[in-house]
Amino acid sequence: MSGILNTLPGAVSQGLIWGIMAIGVYITYKILDIADLTVDGSLCTGGAVFVMLFTGGVNLWIALLAALLAGMLAGLVTGLLHTVCGIPAILSGILTQLALYSINMAIMGMKATVAINVNQEGMLDKLLVSLRFVQGSKGGFPLYRHPIFVVGIFTAVLIAVLYWFFGRELGAALRATGSNPNMARAQGINTEFCKVLGLMLSNGLVALCGALLSQYSGGNEIKVGQGAIVIGLASVIIGEVLLGKIFRNFALKLLSVSIGAILYYIVIQVVLKMGLNPNYLKILSAAVVAVFLTIPYWKDKYFGRKAGRGAVRNA
Amino acid sequence: MLEIKNIWKTFNANTVNEKVALKGVSLTLNDGEFVTVIGGNGAGKSTLMNAVAGVYPVDAGSITIDGVDVTHLPEHKRAPYIGRVFQDPMMGTAATMQIEENLALAARRGQVRGLKAGITKGEREKYRELLKILDLGLEDRMTSKVGLLSGGQRQALTLLMATLRKPRLLLLDEHTAALDPKTAAKVLDTTERIVQKDKLTTLMITHNMKDAIVHGDRLIMMYNGKIAIDVSGEEKKKLTVESLLDMFSKVSGSDEADDKLLLS
Repeated sequence: MSGILNTLPGAVSQGLIWGIMAIGVYITYKILDIADLTVDGSLCTGGAVFVMLFTGGVNLWIALLAALLAGMLAGLVTGLLHTVCGIPAILSGILTQLALYSINMAIMGMKATVAINVNQEGMLDKLLVSLRFVQGSKGGFPLYRHPIFVVGIFTAVLIAVLYWFFGRELGAALRATGSNPNMARAQGINTEFCKVLGLMLSNGLVALCGALLSQYSGGNEIKVGQGAIVIGLASVIIGEVLLGKIFRNFALKLLSVSIGAILYYIVIQVVLKMGLNPNYLKILSAAVVAVFLTIPYWKDKYFGRKAGRGAVRNA
Repeated sequence: MLEIKNIWKTFNANTVNEKVALKGVSLTLNDGEFVTVIGGNGAGKSTLMNAVAGVYPVDAGSITIDGVDVTHLPEHKRAPYIGRVFQDPMMGTAATMQIEENLALAARRGQVRGLKAGITKGEREKYRELLKILDLGLEDRMTSKVGLLSGGQRQALTLLMATLRKPRLLLLDEHTAALDPKTAAKVLDTTERIVQKDKLTTLMITHNMKDAIVHGDRLIMMYNGKIAIDVSGEEKKKLTVESLLDMFSKVSGSDEADDKLLLS
């Protein structure tokens, strides 16, 4: 039991970082109503861009910004494939994701892994987050550098910015596009533009998560994003199922996604501690998402719609 | 105001399902004119309206609104001129957004949407007053999600949204067809009031011949992708369902057609 408790700070830290990706997934999956599979590739892109720039001597914040922009570019490609080329959204994402494998390899100099040498003198001081900081004071690091604190603040700022944005005219247009594209067009909203913008925003956040993750784990590997979309969906769904009834406000909904990611990683840590072979994690993740997606559907189908929830009663 | 010149539209061209929905329709609406459109299933009523709204491009012909050629403009770029209410109550509003948010979206129809506030305090007050006019109690539920409203409430809200920014042209596509008779009458009554008050140029499709006769100052009947009957002024006021059916039989040259029309 104490073993599990000891792994908690690490699990929460990881969950918080992945939570940023999950918030990106929330934008496409929940707000725009698009299942965007670009995520599996753009997560790695963010890490790759960050590690290459940062180890090349670029300032940390500029490297983070570059990662964000690279992710947005990936989202732009998916968006254009979907809107300009008329390819179904899900397939557009798969195409970009596939193409990104080559691009990510190229960014990383055709190597499957690139590392940040945390043993190098002064390197840890330059990093925003690292696995090493998780040990806190025990490891000789001040508590304010703990990833839970740093990424926590990062997430809070991010949620504040997104809350502000989705309350603006443009943000409302994005929400309308996802809610009812017919209505949006009738109100003069360019739904194609909104979809592209949403995909860019989402993948920008996903790449930012990738950049933070590469710092945290001290490097980036080509398959880091494998199954990321499932983790993102799991976080969104867990957050919604557990907190959806209490959290009505949009900012709280975003927070519930982040909490969902943390819970996901705690569960993963617990089952790993219990001796599960890590190779079984993927089927576990897939099963969690499948079950949580099934529950609301079956509830509707076999127990009828609860009055009031999206149900339209006749006047 | 609205000038439709010889528009053609074919669906599923060169297949067994080929359907020529519009066969050279021309129609001119004067400023402030309220035109009702009737016709059987497949006559081309909805196709005509969707062509004007820009839901799909026409194969030939031109559409001009207020002197602006909109024939090749996409749907969202025609929105500055056009307010629309659809047959399906689900279609005109965003279910997952609040009543006031829907109104705020409509208030910005045709404007560039930037980083200004999505809704302001002053707007809320204005919307509350406007919702009172609908007399559905929606003014007390402004932050409720629209998905919680009934079909009739949603249609009334859509109507308000379509006319919030005075449109140059109001398109009503059988907007009471999916409602029960009592609600339909109420929504139609609200429609009449708003159209009269703002003197809106209106094109209203209806499945109900009586409604088409009672409302508006001009009546058009479509048949087989063309405008078969076009009545206005004194002649329109004297119309009855019987005389209309009579006229239609003459135009279509068959009795079978008017059964179809009555039943549809």
